[in-house]
Amino acid sequence: MGKSGNSDTSRRRFIAGAAATTGLAAAATALPTRFAIGAKAPIKVGIMLPFTGTYAKLGENITDAMMMRIAAAGDMLGGRPVEYIKLDSEAAPPKAVDNATKLVKGRNVDFVVGPVHSGVAMAMTKVMKKAPKTIMVVPNAGANQLTREACAPNIFRTSFSNWQTSYPIGGELHRRGHKKIVTLTWNYAAGKQMAEAVSEGFANAGGDPSGIENLWIDFPSVSFQPLLTKIAAIKPDAVWVFFSGGGAVKFVKDYAAAIDKKQIPLYGTGFLTEGTTKAQGEAAEGIITTMHWADTLEFPTNKTFMADFETATGRQADVFGVQGYDTGSLLLLAMAAVGGDTGATSDIIKSMENTIVVGPRGGWTMSANHNPIQDIYLRRVENGRNVILGLAHAQLEDPGTGCTL
Amino acid sequence: MPPPAKKRGRLFIWHKHMELSFYLIQALNGVQYGFLLFLVASGLTLVFGVMGIINLAHGSFYMIGAYLAYWLSAMTGNLFIAVLLGLPLSIAIGFAVERFCISFLYARDHLEQVLLTYGLILIFNEGQRILWGNDVYGVAIPNWLSGSITLTDTQSYPVYRLFISFACIAVAVGLYFLIHKTRLGMTIRAGASNREMAQALGIDINNLFAAVFALGAGLAAFSGMIAAPVEAVYPGIGENILVVSLVIVVIVGIGSIRGAFAGAMMIGLADAFGKTLAPDYASFIVYGVMAAVLVWRPQGIFGGSPQ
Repeated sequence: MGKSGNSDTSRRRFIAGAAATTGLAAAATALPTRFAIGAKAPIKVGIMLPFTGTYAKLGENITDAMMMRIAAAGDMLGGRPVEYIKLDSEAAPPKAVDNATKLVKGRNVDFVVGPVHSGVAMAMTKVMKKAPKTIMVVPNAGANQLTREACAPNIFRTSFSNWQTSYPIGGELHRRGHKKIVTLTWNYAAGKQMAEAVSEGFANAGGDPSGIENLWIDFPSVSFQPLLTKIAAIKPDAVWVFFSGGGAVKFVKDYAAAIDKKQIPLYGTGFLTEGTTKAQGEAAEGIITTMHWADTLEFPTNKTFMADFETATGRQADVFGVQGYDTGSLLLLAMAAVGGDTGATSDIIKSMENTIVVGPRGGWTMSANHNPIQDIYLRRVENGRNVILGLAHAQLEDPGTGCTL
Repeated sequence: MPPPAKKRGRLFIWHKHMELSFYLIQALNGVQYGFLLFLVASGLTLVFGVMGIINLAHGSFYMIGAYLAYWLSAMTGNLFIAVLLGLPLSIAIGFAVERFCISFLYARDHLEQVLLTYGLILIFNEGQRILWGNDVYGVAIPNWLSGSITLTDTQSYPVYRLFISFACIAVAVGLYFLIHKTRLGMTIRAGASNREMAQALGIDINNLFAAVFALGAGLAAFSGMIAAPVEAVYPGIGENILVVSLVIVVIVGIGSIRGAFAGAMMIGLADAFGKTLAPDYASFIVYGVMAAVLVWRPQGIFGGSPQ
């Protein structure tokens, strides 16, 4: 957990991973295609992501990065062409079952990539559990239960669990000597799971969890001023929050205007300062967050990814792009391992379970409950960038409580 | 030391450790939010009251204002120039929408108006996506307004928020004079209270409606513009404010500007205190107020007898 051990250990892990990837890729080209005619039929990848509304940018970045990754490998999965079927999830849980059914039953897809929203993800699991031959790869939604109680052989995640994003900063808050802490998130599942993980990390590191006061704001309200007034009256040692997108921009600006950050420092889940620092400006400086990626990571894979993404899309790369990119890698590796045979579901699952993905965030593997075991970085905003302070937690694995895979 | 975090589920949380200043600042927060809501709601209630149009696209004008503030201030480097350029532009958009869409629906029933203005929301949102993308943008506060006033040892209050309140008061006063002291205001009031009689007296209702709709659009866009530096500018920003504005109009009754002011303050204060004193019920409080009013006075607090 040393703050300085970052570059060395990660580099070694990276090299090991890179070797493994090249090995796999080489093996794939050497493999004879199992059936000559079927090999020409495209592999159907259903993409169920939000393309409108608040989460539209996330959906776009995930899709573009995934397609970019697969295009760089010749637009083939295991020697077969790819057909993408895009469907706007609208980030609407009530529509999730219908939409997923359209892809799985209606279009007979081999993979479903999606969604962004945890509520949509949970609803989709109902459909996926009835379609064990179709594999769902979740490129964002962080609901813990997705790879815990609701886990399934055909459900994988390439992003994070909510617990993973926030558990490490609990310990960090304790190590920094903060005793009286206020947490504030939207009053919904993701916010609650993250706030709980902060308390858990804080307690496990030796802190007294009774010093933590949890505040909530109804989702998706962004009138934070009343709660800032309350925080100022509580006078804590530190504040930890989770907001994203427009809410993150607004909160950080409101906080900086109302409370002296030097007096009450602000911590958060990485999404607070992800793709938002430009809009937040000066107000974001000094905020400390944890996440499984940072734009300042020095890995060659990260630098290439960021440059390529910007060339391809004209937009700045972000963590959602990273997750999309690694989703593309996972599909490539798994289909290469079975030579494009989409019928070999159990082999695909086995390959996904055992693969090492090396991508922009470094190297990571799949845990038994199908969630990435990955490094969580400690970052601080300096001049609008998330500068890495070190590892908040090396190769953190979600406990997968309640999953019996 | 605050009590440990297990207060969820209790209806009210009284903070014994919090001083009077907490409640005073909270009231300030509520009033400030109320002013902003008033600007948006007044436009909505004006259009509703005078023209009988349920304009769901009202929030879209707020969104257009916010994006124009971002776009024009990025180009000109000055928020006030952006407002000066953007306001006529949004009024013109409002005018065009009335001429080319709304004006065909005066004889139709409310359901068709709702359908049309809902369609407009979708079109405006798609336009926003094409023109400005799905990014979240921040708008810089002008330098001379970027400071903060220290309120307590841990809290300061941004000058710009006070400025918003003053701007809203100025507009409210201007609106009062426009409605009560000018000829246009007189015709607006005449149109609101009895459309047929106003027409019979030779008031050109077509022009009046276009002017009122453009005025409503301008009010919403102006709110979006001056709120842009403290709100972030993001997709969907218009829908959030639309819902609250509709609640205000329902609470106070249709067509009353004075009522819109009272309603906005009520909702602003309910929001500020609700969020901190009854956090578990905060999302419900605004609607709770609405439900209570509807039971007590279905025509709204300031509304006349139901038509």
